[in-house]
Amino acid sequence: MIHFDNVTKTYPNQGRPALENVTLDVEKGEFVFLVGPSGSGKSTFLRLVLKEERPSEGRIHVAGRDLARLTNWKVPHLRRRIGCVFQDFRLLPNKSVYQNIAFALEVIGKPRRFIRKVVPEVIDLVGLEGKRDRMPDELSGGEQQRVAMARAFVNRPMILLADEPTGNIDPATSIGIMKVLDRINRTGTTVVMATHDAAIVDSMRKRVIELEYGKVVRDQSRGVYGQAY
Amino acid sequence: MRAQFVFHEVWIGLRRNLTMTVALIVVVAISLSLLGTGLLFVKQVDSTRTYWQARVQLSVYLCSSAVVSTQCSKNGPVTASEQQQIQSELKSNPDVTSVTFVSAAQNYAQFRQEFSSNPSLVNSTPADEIPSSFEVKLKNAQADVGQVGSVINGAPGVDQIVNDSSVLDPFYKLLDGARNAVVLVAIFLLVAAILLVANTIRLSAFNRRRETSIMRLVGASNFYVQLPFLVEGMIAAVFGWLVATGLLVAVKAFWLDNLHQYFAFNVQLSATDLVEVIILALITGLLICGLTSFLTLRRYLRV
Repeated sequence: MIHFDNVTKTYPNQGRPALENVTLDVEKGEFVFLVGPSGSGKSTFLRLVLKEERPSEGRIHVAGRDLARLTNWKVPHLRRRIGCVFQDFRLLPNKSVYQNIAFALEVIGKPRRFIRKVVPEVIDLVGLEGKRDRMPDELSGGEQQRVAMARAFVNRPMILLADEPTGNIDPATSIGIMKVLDRINRTGTTVVMATHDAAIVDSMRKRVIELEYGKVVRDQSRGVYGQAY
Repeated sequence: MRAQFVFHEVWIGLRRNLTMTVALIVVVAISLSLLGTGLLFVKQVDSTRTYWQARVQLSVYLCSSAVVSTQCSKNGPVTASEQQQIQSELKSNPDVTSVTFVSAAQNYAQFRQEFSSNPSLVNSTPADEIPSSFEVKLKNAQADVGQVGSVINGAPGVDQIVNDSSVLDPFYKLLDGARNAVVLVAIFLLVAAILLVANTIRLSAFNRRRETSIMRLVGASNFYVQLPFLVEGMIAAVFGWLVATGLLVAVKAFWLDNLHQYFAFNVQLSATDLVEVIILALITGLLICGLTSFLTLRRYLRV
């Protein structure tokens, strides 16, 4: 599903590459934690998958496509197959829960009948029944993140990228967020989650890829956060 | 494509920076109406010029006993043979279409009619001060006037030669000058309009950066991301154009069509001319707003 082949990414005016000779595979339906300290290259990895950045060297395949050969005007079609969740939620403050989720479908031109059908389904999936008409500022952080996850998942992407989704949320609420991610993963969606949260990684027992200074230092199935290799 | 969604976004965008939108509409309206006025002037000058070129002629005034110019006092009043001589000389010129003799009485009658609004001038002019004349029609009025005139200039019996186009020239100069001034101001305003469009779109893009970033994230196509902004610019163009259309209709109805009050010779523009100018203004407005929005967006809404 995601295939990195010897990928190096150097940002302009920076000596050390953000990612260096990274080679890894993420299979369809996998749940992968991306761990490592700040600046280890987790966000660069996610941006490369979205083709927000181009690799300096190496090849990247996402959902069976070679990103180097993907023309700019086809990038939107790639992004429709990838859902994204961020630490800061990125909801539209002037739209309700329902409208925020529907927005993601409206802007890719889905018919209204379809939107009316799938948005309530996905609101139920993330556990926000009865809150469809709330505004983002009336929701707790955990609830806002559920809205963001619903928006990322509503178009049934093949891959869900989560960049520290529990970074702004207390540990008790984080468990609920992880349950939703797990539920999404069980529908067959590949989930890649960058995180600092050791407790979550340890409790989930999924594949762990650890980055340090842009290099993969550990790739372990059913791993934990801080374990030495 | 969901038209309703796009228009909802456009509406939000226009409302959010209302002052900029209004400023944009006003500038587009004024620049388009000035451009249109300039174009109407061009048409007015052209049609008047064409009209008069077909009619312009040379008037050869003959000497009479009452005329006291140096030319006439030297040769005395025109004799029948001199008159015959002048007429045949004019007729033999290949650039001349026709030569008509107008008697002094006919000229006097015409003079009374043309200056009927100025009775003191008419009353103080005795009938015998108005001489007889030859009215000469030329094939190519602009080019041949001097050449034909020089042939008979100073011939015995000829007082003076009056060229109609020398009368019309100041009128043309006035219209040309007005047209140039209007077009120049219109060009300056169009530049202002372009800068305002760019600025409005930039503000709009900044105001909606959250929406735009999410649209890109969930895979909205470039066209879909840019369309609301493009439509925003276009709507400003259309509203500005509507105002300009009203102004142009007024310019024609209350100004150009009334020019004949001030100039004895004038040709009215047809409704087709006006429609042509209005359509041209619409195309200019849409082109300026659309193109500027598009180019601005390419800078601010990269994938």
